[in-house]
Amino acid sequence: MQPTAEQIEQDLLRPLFHSSGKYWVAVALAATLLLAGVAAFGYQLYAGIGVWGLNSPVFWGFDITNFVFWIGISHAGTLISAILRLTNATWRRPVTRCAEAITVFSVLIGAIIPLCHIGRPWLGFWMIPYPNERHIWPNFRSPLAWDFFAISTYLTGSTTFLYLPTIPDFATVRDASTGLRRKIYRILALGWQGTPRQWQRLETAMFIMAVVIVPVAVSVHTIVSWDFAMTPVPMWHSSIFGPYFVAGAIFSGIAALILAMALLRKFLHLEEYLRPIHFQNLGKLLLTMSLLWFYFTFAERLTAWYGNSPPEMAVFWESIRKQFAPLFWTMVVCNFIIPVPILAIKRFRTITGTAIASCTVVVGMWLERFLIVVPALGHKFLPYSWGTYRPTWVEVTLMASSFGMMALLYLLFSKFVPMISIWEMKVGLQPHGGVPVVASADGKHEVVLEGPQ
Amino acid sequence: MAHKWGMVVDLDRCTGCEACVVACHAENNIPTAGEDQAARGRAKHWIRVERYWEGDFPNPRIRFQPVLCQQCDEAPCEPVCPTYASYHSPEGLNSQIYNRCIGTRFCANACPYNVRFFNYYNPTWDMPLQLQLNPDVSVRSVGIMEKCTFCVQRIKSAEIQAEAEKRELKDGEFTTACAQSCASRALVFGDLNDPNSEVSRLSSSNRGTKLLGELGTKPNVTYLERGTWEDATHG
Repeated sequence: MQPTAEQIEQDLLRPLFHSSGKYWVAVALAATLLLAGVAAFGYQLYAGIGVWGLNSPVFWGFDITNFVFWIGISHAGTLISAILRLTNATWRRPVTRCAEAITVFSVLIGAIIPLCHIGRPWLGFWMIPYPNERHIWPNFRSPLAWDFFAISTYLTGSTTFLYLPTIPDFATVRDASTGLRRKIYRILALGWQGTPRQWQRLETAMFIMAVVIVPVAVSVHTIVSWDFAMTPVPMWHSSIFGPYFVAGAIFSGIAALILAMALLRKFLHLEEYLRPIHFQNLGKLLLTMSLLWFYFTFAERLTAWYGNSPPEMAVFWESIRKQFAPLFWTMVVCNFIIPVPILAIKRFRTITGTAIASCTVVVGMWLERFLIVVPALGHKFLPYSWGTYRPTWVEVTLMASSFGMMALLYLLFSKFVPMISIWEMKVGLQPHGGVPVVASADGKHEVVLEGPQ
Repeated sequence: MAHKWGMVVDLDRCTGCEACVVACHAENNIPTAGEDQAARGRAKHWIRVERYWEGDFPNPRIRFQPVLCQQCDEAPCEPVCPTYASYHSPEGLNSQIYNRCIGTRFCANACPYNVRFFNYYNPTWDMPLQLQLNPDVSVRSVGIMEKCTFCVQRIKSAEIQAEAEKRELKDGEFTTACAQSCASRALVFGDLNDPNSEVSRLSSSNRGTKLLGELGTKPNVTYLERGTWEDATHG
């Protein structure tokens, strides 16, 4: 049974106006985690970054692992939502908003981590090209400079991509509220009246953003992979890294999206909206990405093994047989052996099933990033300078706080913005498969909002 | 003619005494890491003597291999720095410009020789080592990379002196701290653009190899090695 338009509005606006005690407990917990991270970062600034477990030769550890992990998670939203929008997949309607929000927040976290990890964070702005007293531009040959531009572009683009389809909903909130809240949402709604002209422009803008954001998203994670692949480090210097990272990012992104949707469904009582079919469909996508991930990992490892070059083999055996073997095989179990049967067998591809598979995938993909960063750095060419890495409590706290920050931003977002697009759900109610027909000024009927489906 | 600084490391001569390491610390204001930090992999030596054992007891062979920055012509550390802190000087040095460094540590990861070091803390010296700091060398703060400079302060002062006296630099007029302290003369420093310099002569020896030369980094340090350990001691 489909909910009516009034019901949709009522259900989806409810979290904005009423919050349970549990909600505030969750906010407090997330904020505490975030503050713990801020405190740890303060301690690091005061005492020196030596309070981390990094050493020589492992100059990157949890910091870059988490950076790649969060940038990877960000591929949940924008990419999935853009592709589903461009292919007119109607089941996407309740999914896009919460996916796009994941993107914005995880890119934000991904952008903050490198600032905390550099030796002199107070000089991080030197990455920005601006006329300065040093009379020098950033080095455009450096993959880190590419990173800076890619991530700032992605953050801007995905924020716009999230904002555009939210404008009509901001107007809905504006009309449903009074006082200060009304004033704030009036600004956010940018004078939205819902005229045909406005709808048309919104639709055009959303289409342009959806087309533009796909190559941006692909380039972002490719460039993140080039932070590794552009160096002569064994097992990093590989042309497969670009597509491997993009596939891994989409993989972990879908898993994060499924987890977020399962939580939203439970805590915001969205059972009517986030239905088993959505988890089924996303579960199939996750299955595809799991198989693709296995294919890439297999191709990467097999090529290295056949090439049999001693420096590569040192890293290869270190990760699959020696010190890092427990982590490596846990990764394979988490990314492939557990999720594939759950997602491939229809009976298991339930909400609980996909959520369990997503949990293991998130863990597995974090391990994947760790296994890319650390074993290679610890086993470069000259065996005398080999080393290993163990994080300290400071790094663990910072990592926990990145999850706290994600939770906090997401919780607060759900308080201020409907987590499911109200107007898109209403469009779904229309006959002709959700193609509303609006009279235009010259009397002709024209189709707005969506192309034929 | 422009200079191109280079070095020769004669493995057949190296006794592994590590005088070069101590001299480098003294010349370049490198703090001692201390026991705890060294155990955590934070030991910092711009030049180190790597030890490799070959064969089993009772006839193990030990090989020493001093490793310092190879001052590569195609240095992997240089293009990856987003702020141009790792910079290729006109005289072929891989310079590290401390003021520009924001501490991404990307250069250290890209370096195949692991000869770049990060300041995890502000430097400290145990008494009385702080009394012998070299005033010609800046002390590096927390959060930045540092590395072998080929004793650029000595190069510069010799060049300035020669220019003041309106003459060419002579080979052997000055050398790096490590080469100066090497009792067995395993380390030879000089100008590779001067065909008559000792370092040029030795670099073209048929005993010469480049460390990890297969990576295409084009190092300006040449390693000389005749072959076996017996050859080196009895040959």
